[in-house]
Amino acid sequence: MKPVAKSSPAGNPLDADTRSCIEQIIQPMTGLPGALLPILHAIQDAFGHVPAASVPLIANALNLSRAEVHGVISFYHDFRSTQPGRHVLKLCRAEACQAMGARALEAQLVSRLGIGFHETTADGSITLEPVYCLGNCACAPSAMLDDKVHGRLTLQRLDALIDGCGKAS
Amino acid sequence: MNVRIYVPRDTSANACGADEVAAAIDEHAQARGIAIELVRNGSRGMCWLEPLVEVETERGRIGFGPLTVEAVAGLFDAGFPNADTHALCLGPVEDIDWLKQQQRVCFSRNGIIDPISLDDFEAHGGWQGARRALAMTPQDIVSAVTESGLRGRGGAAFPCGIKWQTVHDQPAAQKFIVCNADEGDSGTFSDRMILEGDPYRLIEGMLIAGIACGATQAYVYLRSEYPLARRVLSEAILRARTAGWLGADVAGSGRAFDIDLRIGAGAYICGEETSLLESLEGKRGQVRFKPPLPAIKGLFGQPTVINNLITLASVPDVLVNGAQWYRDLGYGRSRGTLPIQLTGNIRRGGLVELGFGVSLRELLYDYGGGSASGRPIRAVQVGGPLGAYLPESQFDTVIDYEAFAAIDAMLGHGGIVVFDDTVDMAEQARFAMEFCAIESCGKCTPCRIGSRRGVEVIDRLRQGVDAQANRVLLDSLCDTMQHGSLCALGGLTPLPVKSALRHFSEDFHSTKVQLCRSPFRGDAFQQAASAMNDLLQEPWQHIGK
Repeated sequence: MKPVAKSSPAGNPLDADTRSCIEQIIQPMTGLPGALLPILHAIQDAFGHVPAASVPLIANALNLSRAEVHGVISFYHDFRSTQPGRHVLKLCRAEACQAMGARALEAQLVSRLGIGFHETTADGSITLEPVYCLGNCACAPSAMLDDKVHGRLTLQRLDALIDGCGKAS
Repeated sequence: MNVRIYVPRDTSANACGADEVAAAIDEHAQARGIAIELVRNGSRGMCWLEPLVEVETERGRIGFGPLTVEAVAGLFDAGFPNADTHALCLGPVEDIDWLKQQQRVCFSRNGIIDPISLDDFEAHGGWQGARRALAMTPQDIVSAVTESGLRGRGGAAFPCGIKWQTVHDQPAAQKFIVCNADEGDSGTFSDRMILEGDPYRLIEGMLIAGIACGATQAYVYLRSEYPLARRVLSEAILRARTAGWLGADVAGSGRAFDIDLRIGAGAYICGEETSLLESLEGKRGQVRFKPPLPAIKGLFGQPTVINNLITLASVPDVLVNGAQWYRDLGYGRSRGTLPIQLTGNIRRGGLVELGFGVSLRELLYDYGGGSASGRPIRAVQVGGPLGAYLPESQFDTVIDYEAFAAIDAMLGHGGIVVFDDTVDMAEQARFAMEFCAIESCGKCTPCRIGSRRGVEVIDRLRQGVDAQANRVLLDSLCDTMQHGSLCALGGLTPLPVKSALRHFSEDFHSTKVQLCRSPFRGDAFQQAASAMNDLLQEPWQHIGK
């Protein structure tokens, strides 16, 4: 299970604009069968995370308890309750990438960025996440920077990716 | 006339620079006044040659690869699009042995067509299966699938026809077709390649399933790690709907059928069918008890066909060419073809589709060309993170569900991950437990707790702490997980662990040879059993670590 971000049950109160924006995302989807995941994705796409204060709004719209909504958010690795860094770097830790040196890439990332998985650099540039397979297993090792997969990574190419995120060593 | 040039728009090709190569080709062609038509095709599956650029000529499509942005200028200097003498020229792509020797059924169109062009799809045999299905009775379609011998390609290899028949026979106002595209196994990407390279094939297969089983609504559950596949399939669904192949009146038949695309959220367990259904319903992706089977009480409590993407994508050809034709491909009780994915430390990795019956050795050496590092291949893991690790002595095993089961291994979704002799198999066994701990849905204790204890026991084994007792404990833990877990995640995690212990015991601890050979049942066993009891009595304090 992923660690759940610590925050008060209601989180920070939403300003009127954010609240209205979230309501506009939720409202047209309430009729969808099994609407919760699509709604959570849409909110996270819009805000980079699912603000804790949106939970009561979602719960109310779908006739669920806040605990049920929170339970779903905390179950899935993708959903986050806090804002990530400007870039999200997901390093593949699965077997095909291991066979091509992913463990060395992991060690380099952790030492260069000074953070572990699920953490964000102090300057807010990169959030590091593990991922278990990006489907690029014949061109391993792989990482995904924001929405783009990079294959045949080497220590140098990984460094270049990090440089591109504005994080100097 | 414009020269037609193909540059794949495929995750693997893009990960190796295909987008940039396409842009560079466009730029250089414009600068030099060469009129080209750039088509973004899917991938042929020759991943080691990506980005593989093809030029349409009278002699067929001529390939160039693996291309880099830096090489594009030199390619044009050598006369590209007519650059036969360039070092990266591969000659006619269809003549490359690696591709030519395959039996491409599911992947017959991949890399050849423009994935979202309905005209291309139709010109290459698309919709023929659906047209046939629309003219058949539902029972005849189900019978054809049953007779073809098609088994589920997700890993469980359950006969597809029996599943369809069950749903067909259920009286219900609403039934569903669900495509499992939550391709989470490391070493697999065949679902992704169909979605990115031939998405209408899946739509056609799902439509046939809908007609056969009387379902009007379908869902594709796609993993979030595949953003490009999502874009291509979304576009394909829209276009198919506009063209009348989805909607209230499919192809003027008066039948309704539509597909909704849903995106997962990074949970490996949602590839397990009942967990996937929970997730589709908007819940935590926790495994359901079976029975009831999804075919009787599935999505929203209704009869549901839930099939792997490759299973559904195999169906159109069964109808077009006949059940007997499909049945004639294959080996033993494994009929038809399997898209095999050669991955990890392999020289020529990619997608090989062949009838069942080819040996692992042929795949690894004839197709794969040995390891990428040039070192000896020491182990291969077949069937994803829950599959067994096989040593060289088992490389003559043929690709067949039963042959793999006979050596305590499994084919799974057809992924083969290759490791050279630098691999530490104790580390791999530890990872299998670690992965299970990270991805466990938490519903059953053997999986949720057992996997965490498994990591700790293997750590102690590797450190040489109480090696004999811990080895016994690990065996016992594996047995508990295997027999006591609710689903395949906890139930199969012992497979990689036990196979690593069995075939690569020398990696676990310096005294391991002695350990494996001594059939001890004395003090060490008692100690382990009592430790096990302690674990089961006070598991809660460990949760959340």
